[in-house]
Amino acid sequence: MNLHEYQAKELLKKFNVPVQDGIPVDTAEKAEEAYKQLKVQYGNSFAVVKAQIHAGGRGKGKIQGTEQRGVAVGKSAEDIKTIAGNIIGGTLVTIQTGPAGKLVSKVLVAQDVYYPGPNPVKEFYLSILLDRGKGQNVIMYSTEGGMDIEQVAHDTPDKIFKEWVHPAGGLLGFQARKIAFNLGLSGEAFKNCVRFVTNLYKAYVELDCSMLEINPLFKTSDDKIIAVDCKMNLDDNALMRHTDLEALRDVSEEDPTEVEAHKYNLNFIKLDGNVGCMVNGAGLAMATMDMIKLSGGEPANFLDVGGTANAQTVEAGFRIILKDPKVKAILINIFGGIVRCDRVAQGVIDAYNSIGDIKVPIIVRLQGTNAEEAKKLIEESGLKVQSAILLSEAASLVNKAVSA
Amino acid sequence: MSVLVNKNSRIIVQGFTGTEGTFHATQMIEYGTNVVGGVTPGKGGQKHLDLPVFNTVADAVKTTGADVSIIFVPPAFAADAIMEAAEAGIGLIICITEGIPVQDMVKAKLYLAGTKSRLIGPNCPGVITADECKVGIMPGFIFKKGKIGIVSKSGTLTYEAADQVAKAGLGISTAIGIGGDPIIGTPTKDAVELFMNDDETDGIVMIGEIGGGMEAEAARWIKENGTKPVVGFIAGQTAPAGRRMGHAGAIVGGADDTAAAKMKIMRECGITVVDSPADIGKTMAEVIAKNTLKKPAKV
Repeated sequence: MNLHEYQAKELLKKFNVPVQDGIPVDTAEKAEEAYKQLKVQYGNSFAVVKAQIHAGGRGKGKIQGTEQRGVAVGKSAEDIKTIAGNIIGGTLVTIQTGPAGKLVSKVLVAQDVYYPGPNPVKEFYLSILLDRGKGQNVIMYSTEGGMDIEQVAHDTPDKIFKEWVHPAGGLLGFQARKIAFNLGLSGEAFKNCVRFVTNLYKAYVELDCSMLEINPLFKTSDDKIIAVDCKMNLDDNALMRHTDLEALRDVSEEDPTEVEAHKYNLNFIKLDGNVGCMVNGAGLAMATMDMIKLSGGEPANFLDVGGTANAQTVEAGFRIILKDPKVKAILINIFGGIVRCDRVAQGVIDAYNSIGDIKVPIIVRLQGTNAEEAKKLIEESGLKVQSAILLSEAASLVNKAVSA
Repeated sequence: MSVLVNKNSRIIVQGFTGTEGTFHATQMIEYGTNVVGGVTPGKGGQKHLDLPVFNTVADAVKTTGADVSIIFVPPAFAADAIMEAAEAGIGLIICITEGIPVQDMVKAKLYLAGTKSRLIGPNCPGVITADECKVGIMPGFIFKKGKIGIVSKSGTLTYEAADQVAKAGLGISTAIGIGGDPIIGTPTKDAVELFMNDDETDGIVMIGEIGGGMEAEAARWIKENGTKPVVGFIAGQTAPAGRRMGHAGAIVGGADDTAAAKMKIMRECGITVVDSPADIGKTMAEVIAKNTLKKPAKV
């Protein structure tokens, strides 16, 4: 589950991780109020307005139809109100959102961290994630902050450092110090960085994050170390023990069809093609999508109905897939193991009858337990459903359907 | 000899008296698997499916001499169940449970590294040695006895492959579902190695999916050490980047874990890679018939 920047920062504060302070608001008027509050608190007339969406590249992205950037600095209450007014309710298009962009309903009005002081400011990069190969968490960091880290890794791999954390010992003191030294810090900034990294790792583990990225990690002119931005991703499997965090889910950021599918316990991902599919098992579902492509079609979705394909789940699946007008055919591919194919076939027939007139061809491929009985059921039902037993037969039926 | 499990394996079921445990233990026993008991904390001393129930894995091992455990414990407690089995000296731990938090598996993986136990899974269909022993949730009848080994991250795709192999006139020695999570006990390479060393296996089907570097690691090992033909397939050629495709581990992060990148590496390492999942069985039959290992000469 993805979190917004303002949500992630609130969580980090609880772990004593210093962050760029800010106030999330949903109207231009509230943005103005927030600005005034920050000005009193920090005595700084600059502030930043940051669009809150689940995608990166906000600073370079623009609100559709305008020149307004998704992150912008203002130096007066008037400024902030105007910027917030431009952003809230607009659609922000960034390199990560794709051309459709994302609707912005909230902005974070945040303190300006570039305030003057005795020492120069510095931007770094730091993230914590799982190294699958080693089965350990790794802290990845760089002196090159505020930039696209994949570009840094590609162009100057020597500027990326990695620190693996032993699961039993946790992040050790010498490791936190090594990170601060490698970032070139000394004095107060060094001490602050050690504390920052130690507390951040604690937050990563205790919140069951699957990814935590601080970019930029910022050294202020008075040597504080703070998180200016934060991208936090929580492990969906661990949400069962963080019921409070489940409340942070922003369903408006998710595809509405995917949210609906979730209600029926269907694992659904919307894609852009013309052949819908309904499959049991994630691996077979991906393989079926691949086969659709090789047969001349394009998969319209990923849909894993899991181990219980019955009339109810099949009907829900049908309805969700049929919402997409681009779908020219639907392929149902069930390998019956514990699930009996004849029951699935009956489910398909019932769902078909319940929905009524389905305009696109349905190809049903049932294999495994009672596959022959299932084929017979479908053929005798009189429905306009094409049935196959071998995967290769299903492939040629898909080919026929898309070239028709 | 067979891989991992055979008719002499002594199996206990952790989470024995739960719905899943009961259902699949019954199916396993019907298949002829030597299930010797089960564990459900608090129900020790009872009988379930005519077999003894124990409070702890250690008790079960002491009384029954079990050497294999299959786990159906809910996700919140599954990592604990894995470590308990390892502590009790179980040699092979097969964890079916789906949805275990990653940080739990980080701990369990480290814990196992200090023991002699091997973990298969989690989030897997289990292991089956055809006509001898089924320790998992797969439909047994699909796995006709033969000399092809299957290594797969995915459940139903394993059944698909086994079915195609049988229809192509071959059969299965053992099939290992290694699981679709980011952290698993036995990676592709280790499973392939088991088959390369097995007298009863002539060829290997290796099924992977997007995400991670396990297939590339296995392919490089095969290039150096392979002695038997391998047919490979990677699911997810059409999967978009950044989306988790059902399995927690099936997500394209960087350029190296796309299906195309993995297939390229596998081909370069001498594996016969099929583009379509419909071609797994017939390609295996062709490769076996030619009986030529497409292994490039070492330079």
